[in-house]
Amino acid sequence: MAKLLDKQRYKCAMGAMQTVQAISRAIPVLHSGPGCAQKLSDSIGSSGYFSPNIFPCTSINEKDVVFGGVKKLETTIENSLKVIDADFYVVLTGCIPEIVGDDTGEVVSHFEDAGKPVIYASTAGFKGNNYIGHQQIIDAITDQYLEKSEEREKGLVNIWADVPYQDLFWLGNIRELEKLVKELGLTPNTIFGYQRGIDNINKIPKAEFNLLVSPWVSVENMKKMEKKLGIPYLHYPTLPIGAFETTKFLREVGKFAGVDEEKVENIINKHENYYYYLIERYADLFLETRVMAKQFSVVADAQYTLGITKFLVNDLGLVPAKQFVTDDTPKAFQEQIKEEFERLNYGLKAEVRFETDGYKIQNEIREHDYHGYPLILGSYYEKEIAEEMSGHYLNISWPVQDKVVLDDFYVGYTGGIRLIEDIYSVAVQRWN
Amino acid sequence: MALNLENSNVATRENRIGSITGYIGTLSDLANQSSCGTLKGCSRCFSQSSTCLSSCALGQLSAIRDVAIIHHGPAGCSAASAGAYYLDKVMAKKRGVTTNTVYIGTDMNENDTIFGSAESLRKIILEVNKRYSPKAIFVTSSCATGIIGEDIDSVVDDVKDEVEVPIVAVHCEGFKSRIWATGFDISDHAVLSSIVQPPRQKRNTINFKNFYESARPEIIEIFKNFDLEPIFLYCNSTIEELSHISESLATTCICGTLGNYLGNGLEETYGVPYIRTINPLGIAGFETWLREIGRVTDRSEAVENYIEEQRKIYIPQIEEIKKELKGLRAVLGMGPGYTFEVSRVLDELGVEVVWALAWHYDKKYENGEVPPSMKYLLENDVDFEASVADQQNYEVMNILKKYQPDLYLSRHPGSTVWAIKNGTPAVYVADEYMIFGYKHTLEFAQSILDSIHNRSFEKNLARRVKLPYTDWWYQQNVDKFLEEAKK
Repeated sequence: MAKLLDKQRYKCAMGAMQTVQAISRAIPVLHSGPGCAQKLSDSIGSSGYFSPNIFPCTSINEKDVVFGGVKKLETTIENSLKVIDADFYVVLTGCIPEIVGDDTGEVVSHFEDAGKPVIYASTAGFKGNNYIGHQQIIDAITDQYLEKSEEREKGLVNIWADVPYQDLFWLGNIRELEKLVKELGLTPNTIFGYQRGIDNINKIPKAEFNLLVSPWVSVENMKKMEKKLGIPYLHYPTLPIGAFETTKFLREVGKFAGVDEEKVENIINKHENYYYYLIERYADLFLETRVMAKQFSVVADAQYTLGITKFLVNDLGLVPAKQFVTDDTPKAFQEQIKEEFERLNYGLKAEVRFETDGYKIQNEIREHDYHGYPLILGSYYEKEIAEEMSGHYLNISWPVQDKVVLDDFYVGYTGGIRLIEDIYSVAVQRWN
Repeated sequence: MALNLENSNVATRENRIGSITGYIGTLSDLANQSSCGTLKGCSRCFSQSSTCLSSCALGQLSAIRDVAIIHHGPAGCSAASAGAYYLDKVMAKKRGVTTNTVYIGTDMNENDTIFGSAESLRKIILEVNKRYSPKAIFVTSSCATGIIGEDIDSVVDDVKDEVEVPIVAVHCEGFKSRIWATGFDISDHAVLSSIVQPPRQKRNTINFKNFYESARPEIIEIFKNFDLEPIFLYCNSTIEELSHISESLATTCICGTLGNYLGNGLEETYGVPYIRTINPLGIAGFETWLREIGRVTDRSEAVENYIEEQRKIYIPQIEEIKKELKGLRAVLGMGPGYTFEVSRVLDELGVEVVWALAWHYDKKYENGEVPPSMKYLLENDVDFEASVADQQNYEVMNILKKYQPDLYLSRHPGSTVWAIKNGTPAVYVADEYMIFGYKHTLEFAQSILDSIHNRSFEKNLARRVKLPYTDWWYQQNVDKFLEEAKK
């Protein structure tokens, strides 16, 4: 049902054109009105080998609404293949063709012998938000492109995480996850970012298992791959940020993959030693910052709200105030995510709200007593409330206006250190 | 133009003033064909993404202070609210004012497309009104609501009694028009029909339609010379201010595409003269425009004095820099409100325009005339190759590759990067006042020089990247996919 989306923090399913854009040399072909790409892209960092103004688009007009747009779709795909130098063509359907009933699948089937793969995904805006749209893309790849492989490559692991571009740190995060998995002696395979493209997609069926690092996004994709491709999966629900969670992550992945325990512990020791060398040097800063309360709130999608809450509690010893998950998490996942927020050190439990109405979120922040200057990590919208409450503020979730990220990341031991740097770079600017 | 303020729906530019998005030829041919009525736009069997008219419509309305925009549609349609929030805050801060404008989405889902969601929309409007007490409410449609026939007019009528401020239905389905500038007309129509009141007293104000009022302080100073006060629209406007714009001495705009509907509407409805000269870019543009303002407001003498005084300061400097610009060749791609204006300034500065792309083309303005910027060029014997393409990047790249100009000038986000990947220096003419008056014409000339003097960035990048188009495409004629042109 239509709802009051105040201070919105996601886009629609068609926003998944950014998921396609994150796969090197894959091009979204839009069957939609002329302006969807422009509206659903962000003005910063949307350039690249392809950018939204390169995306072919049927640019549906009034006539197509009445007579259908399949002919235009046919010529658009046909000419995309001629004009655009890509490896993988993903047709995304918007609101209009899905309401008027264009048979996109039928049109796309004409391109089976095009020499380059052409698939399609149903991403009408009303089907859900861009987290759902992202899943539609992975499903489309699984359903229409991937085939079950008899052959398995020893140690090959597909890694999946949250939504490219919607997640500001997507590129750095997935590279860091790869690095960690590689240290365990495994071979990571991911499909997003620099030099990851069609070859990596082709490798998916040969993996020994899928590793999903996300509270809920792509769980359904993993189930589908398990069923169709026979690939088992490990669902790790918390984005590992900082030492405490990354150590747990390495142990769990190591155990699942059958890596020798001693080897895993050696890797952990090496990282933790360096991590605590840094922390030791700056412990005075954390303890003696005169302007920061111990309480914090995160307003972000499930992965960051959960990941950062665990980090700030378990690594830095802060205390969670209310936490807000803004990605419209499907009801079926809410309970288990809530339980994760209750598994914190010293029996601490974070109260979490699944809320998409920004007005309510900010009222709750306003009403909470943080016992001093709060730390608020959230979207650009939270800048205002943080200023109102003299809080410290960091822009870590969409929409982002206060931070430029090329390949920075918050994942892993190093990511935790980066987050500390960011938080205290804000805090040191004040004195009390 | 016959304005129908009783109807909430605005006819598209295609239907109202014969605007087109597909043409390839020359400037003179384009103008001749428009005057004798033979110009027919072409469609394309292959196109790349462009822009949604709702972005233009709601970008304008959401810049007004303390209003509510309720965008009824899936969450992607209202994704622009995030950018609007940011812009509202930074623009207000820059002016030293505050704004509580809210831009709400309704996150329509599949059920809503089947069963409709008029009742939910009604509740949302009332709740937004309660939360924020906005000074006006704009309830807007989307492609999805348009196709399923959601009757937003009825919902608005229904809540009118419960809302004490102006509330208006805004029809901005993205499929309605390929010309996103239709969105500007849609926003003007909403303001004219629901906010502007009949004049009660004349004021010495000039309505100044612009985007981000970056030259606000200096224009206020210029107009002080003539005892005139500019009212900038709509960025940081208040509903109270807008209700009085019928009382101004004249309306002017920095971009004909942006201000055309409001200017003509105010003239037709309330007799406020609309300044229809070429725009105040470059020397000829600035002087022609100022003189017309002087004529319309009966301040010609003061205007002449100002021009004389300013010419002494700037003309020698501009003449000096022209020596360095001589012989440069440029391609430009912009909205038609700028393409032919900037072409004139380039010509004035001695830069040769080899190809100009307009993102659309209005055959006639609302008053039935050929656009003044074009008329001026032809009367002054300036002609060049020209095309009309709704930001079709592949056509731009084809042209750049073939012509290898010294620079590319464009005005839309995401466009300059493609020129520099081709190795062509690019000048981003985003600020609408970048070429305003003598001072900024001089600065513009200087930034062209700066752009071509250090080409390191584009050369570094161009050397390392591959362009996304096939060799096949670069061998084609630029009109390859234009459907009627080849006949």
